[in-house]
Amino acid sequence: MYSNLWLIPFFPLVGSIINGLFGKKIKNEKVIGGIATIAIFLSFLVSCQNFFRLLGDTEKVHQQILGSWMSIGILNVEWGFLLDPLSALMIMVVTGVGSLIHLYSIGYMHGETGFYRFFSYLNLFCFSMLMLVLGNNALVMFIGWEGVGLCSYLLIGYYFEKKSAGDAAKKAFVVNRIGDFGFLCGLFTLFWALGSKGVWTLNFVEISENAHLLQSGGLLVTVVTLCFFLGATGKSAQIPLYTWLPDAMEGPTPVSALIHAATMVTAGIYMIARMNILFAMSPTTMMVIAFVGAATALFAASIGFAQNDIKRVLAYSTVSQLGFMFMAMGVGAFTAGIFHLMTHAFFKACLFLGSGSVIHGMHHAYHHAHLHDDPQDMRNMGGLRKFMPITWITYLLSCLAIAGMPFFAGFFSKDEILWWTFASTRGSYLVWIIGTIAACMTAFYMFRSLYMTFHGEQRTDVRAKDHIPESPWVITLPLIILAGLATIAGFIGIPHAIDVAHVGNGIASFLDPVFGQAQQLHNIGIPEDLAHNVGLEIGLMCMSVVIGLIGIGGAYYMYMKKQELPAKFTGAFPGLHKAVFNKWYIDELYDFLFVNPCKKIGTFLWKGFDVCVVDGVVNGIGWVVKGLASGLRYTQSGFLHNYAMIMVVGVVVIVGYYIFG
Amino acid sequence: MADNLLSLMTFFPLLGMLLILVIPRDNGSLLKSATLVVTLITFVLSLPLAFDDVFTVSGGMHYREFHEWISIGNFFQMNYNVGVDGISLWLVMLTTFIMPIAVLSTWNAVDKNIKGFMALLLLLETGMLGAFISLDLFLFYIFWELMLIPMYFLIGIWGGKNRIYAAVKFFIYTAVGSLLMLVAIIFVYYYAVQSGAPINGFGIQEFYRLAIPSGAQYWLFLAFGFSFAIKVPMFPLHTWLPDAHTEAPTAGSVILAAVLLKMGTYGYVRFAMPLFPDALQTFIPLLAFLSVVGIVYGSLVAMMQEDVKKLVAYSSVAHLGFVMLGIFAMNMQGLAGGMIQMINHGISTGALLLIVGFIYERRHTRLISEFGGLAHKMPIFATIFLIITFSSIGLPGTNGFVGEFLALMGAFESGLRWYAVVATTGVIFAAVYMLWMYQRVMFGKMTNPANENLKDLSAREIVLMVPLLVFVFWIGVYPNTFFEKMNPAMEQLLNQMESKVAVVEQVEQPVVAQMVEYK
Repeated sequence: MYSNLWLIPFFPLVGSIINGLFGKKIKNEKVIGGIATIAIFLSFLVSCQNFFRLLGDTEKVHQQILGSWMSIGILNVEWGFLLDPLSALMIMVVTGVGSLIHLYSIGYMHGETGFYRFFSYLNLFCFSMLMLVLGNNALVMFIGWEGVGLCSYLLIGYYFEKKSAGDAAKKAFVVNRIGDFGFLCGLFTLFWALGSKGVWTLNFVEISENAHLLQSGGLLVTVVTLCFFLGATGKSAQIPLYTWLPDAMEGPTPVSALIHAATMVTAGIYMIARMNILFAMSPTTMMVIAFVGAATALFAASIGFAQNDIKRVLAYSTVSQLGFMFMAMGVGAFTAGIFHLMTHAFFKACLFLGSGSVIHGMHHAYHHAHLHDDPQDMRNMGGLRKFMPITWITYLLSCLAIAGMPFFAGFFSKDEILWWTFASTRGSYLVWIIGTIAACMTAFYMFRSLYMTFHGEQRTDVRAKDHIPESPWVITLPLIILAGLATIAGFIGIPHAIDVAHVGNGIASFLDPVFGQAQQLHNIGIPEDLAHNVGLEIGLMCMSVVIGLIGIGGAYYMYMKKQELPAKFTGAFPGLHKAVFNKWYIDELYDFLFVNPCKKIGTFLWKGFDVCVVDGVVNGIGWVVKGLASGLRYTQSGFLHNYAMIMVVGVVVIVGYYIFG
Repeated sequence: MADNLLSLMTFFPLLGMLLILVIPRDNGSLLKSATLVVTLITFVLSLPLAFDDVFTVSGGMHYREFHEWISIGNFFQMNYNVGVDGISLWLVMLTTFIMPIAVLSTWNAVDKNIKGFMALLLLLETGMLGAFISLDLFLFYIFWELMLIPMYFLIGIWGGKNRIYAAVKFFIYTAVGSLLMLVAIIFVYYYAVQSGAPINGFGIQEFYRLAIPSGAQYWLFLAFGFSFAIKVPMFPLHTWLPDAHTEAPTAGSVILAAVLLKMGTYGYVRFAMPLFPDALQTFIPLLAFLSVVGIVYGSLVAMMQEDVKKLVAYSSVAHLGFVMLGIFAMNMQGLAGGMIQMINHGISTGALLLIVGFIYERRHTRLISEFGGLAHKMPIFATIFLIITFSSIGLPGTNGFVGEFLALMGAFESGLRWYAVVATTGVIFAAVYMLWMYQRVMFGKMTNPANENLKDLSAREIVLMVPLLVFVFWIGVYPNTFFEKMNPAMEQLLNQMESKVAVVEQVEQPVVAQMVEYK
């Protein structure tokens, strides 16, 4: 019945191959962009079909096996797909947002020399992401997992002539690989752990069914989940492996929106959700996840304060929001985490595409005026709303959503997370406090970016000032759709406390087949007394709205009302500002701790050990042999009289021996 | 024809060599074409093996040929005793597959004494094929030596600036190993004769059944193991490889990497391990340790290389570390991983060396600092290079992943868990050194004017890369084609080793018991 699942990743793969092989010959941008966009849109249609079929189905877990991939002894890995509510929701987000970003890219990438290359990579990315989401076993997931890493590498390095782009691409892949190291270790440990109980499998359904064989709360399950979590920190840019994401902004903006906001970076969250049963078994791991998420949320938000590049602000904001999702996972709010993943995909994609629209406009203006200013620096913007009304409105709506203003999408999902950190059986007040502070900071720096870009005085160079156009429809249409979703999507997850119309929490009941079992088995949830404490929940909700308003107000005060304040503040704390502006020098720290020592060791091993020690011994043997040979060589002088002399001596010695001996 | 298919395939290149010898030495293109045709025919001759389903059902030796060859009374008997099983099958196929590609790569690269070069290549092919199909230890030794001599000359005559040093180093290393092995082979033979066990010349299948005392096994295993470890090469016996690679002409280094190094790993699987399983048990921790060191060490040193070819050479040390670790896991996953990784290394590293050859032919340098920004001028080259780079890094969906993953998994499931964890860091390092190199060569602005006029790949160059690319993805997506023919042979090997360990333990039990009593 669900036999067309394979089509979902298949279409973008075909699109990628067509553009990759023939794109250069096709040349026509509309055809190239069209092929790619249609490919992903077809996936979206098939996803829709399967999604709605699943909605009406009582059986919620379906697998499609295409064939065997590797089969050796006890190991049998299949090419197979898994459709359950979790993956169904994810494919909708990936293909839906993906289609919009493809459409947008046709406008944004117009005139680029590598147009076909870009679309080929973009399709390949979607293919990988869909493999990641749909894979029915950890290894097919790993194909997607590494595949998105590859595409991220290709797309970040799209402007490969820029050294910074090449560096950023390499960094992204290598840092992700550190996470993959964790993923693989987790995979091996899990395979062995379940295998020693008689179940040799990598299949997610079988893992879930047999997870009870492992000791709940035991060391083994903690090790497995911590290893997987290391993988998640790489892909989803959490402490300590978040450093690649801000640098990844070197890629074209639609890439930032698709990969570095809406899809790839959520892979870590998705993976944890996929194996929620295992994670639920280890309270230690859950606690680690919650605290790492909280720390990342706070830390990244602090960096977001001082960045002037519009995309960098959004990048740190993404890291911070992913921190929220990990907080959710850590306190057992799996549904809330996935809910936030979805709403975040909408508003963050919209923000990124909005920033792209602004950059597009700025670039156009500078180009028109023959200037080479940085089109991404917010200090050169201001007052853009009159030139780009649609971009402005959509950006504003998304800012309201991310700040968690009532009834926007972010409000529902973020509040649900904060509520769980406060009330869940796995919750922690400390995480809740950090989360609340981070939410306030989010509101502040997002509105700072809004004000600096769209409001106040225009600070653009006079020569370029009046030549900033609104973007064409292929750019604004996706913005409008995404902003619309950012505004209303929250209503699929109305919390019980304010559900006056009794429509129910749609997303929670939809995802219940995936998460319910683990939550029930391991007593994860909101305790009875708190669950019915409507007053408390509403109180907390109001509080977080107020907190958000404080952030917005602060930004308004500093960047609209008293514009001299930021400068004064930097003047008062120059050291702090420098540290924040330079991202707390974490990159430098990593270079000092890891990168440089590795290079030094490499050089030492090569020039010290290989050349001196090993070759020294080998050449030493050579010298000894050569020395002996050259010594003996003198005995073979070739002069007859020498030989004769030696013979005579020999004869004398022998004769003497016999006579006197 | 099937009766002596193996001999036909093995000696056809030798026959071809004779043909080459009668072609006038100044007719370069005819010499090259003739060699290409000979290697292609050899490949075609080997094809029936790859399609034969007998390997999927039986793990034993097939295509057997047996002739008594040299006998000196009861004192010495050696036979022409050959056959293939699922283990040697793919190595034979790799050899016949890589040879035409290597020959094609010499088209513009070799202009000095083409006749000698081609003749040696063909002699080398016979040596390699013979070594893979030998079921008689002495015959194996003959082919083993036969293979070293052409390689020595290929490096020494057609190599780069430092070729004499590299060739001598290559020779010293391998000669030391070979001699030790020869002594060990003779010892095994005389032990077998004296013990009165039924033997068949130096036939390994009979030797497998010998119950050699543990004490003797250790020394024999050391002798064999040392010789093979040099060939692999395992840390710390690897230093001949970077020199040999850098100095060898492209075709030579492709064959060296793709096939010759596999002699070492194959030697372990076919000879050292099943002949001396007790000793193996003792040495596994040491060998696994050296494999893991090789992975990390090779990666770290590769990272700092300034010469692309040296980088590839050190990456080989790391890749073969994965092969060895997988083999020493002594279970199906590990062994399969090790075996497929041998093939993968042949394909990916072979391709990388060809790629290095392409830019060397154009620029006559291999220093990374001489390049930069090539992607813009050479888009096809850039794409192929990138695919091979990621195959070497072990991206899932390419061949490299399947091998590394299985080898690591096998090691992890066996007693080598911690070794596997350390080895897994190799996946990080591989990304570092390969991508850093790729970035410095291909990305960035073109700053060196010497690179301005570089031409993209020619049709011939594309043609010789395409088959390699096909296998990169084939093995990556559907490795079962290869596994289904390997599995029975590997199973048989593992069973046989297990049962033999049990037998030797039984034999020794009374001795131990006596000793305890005596105390």
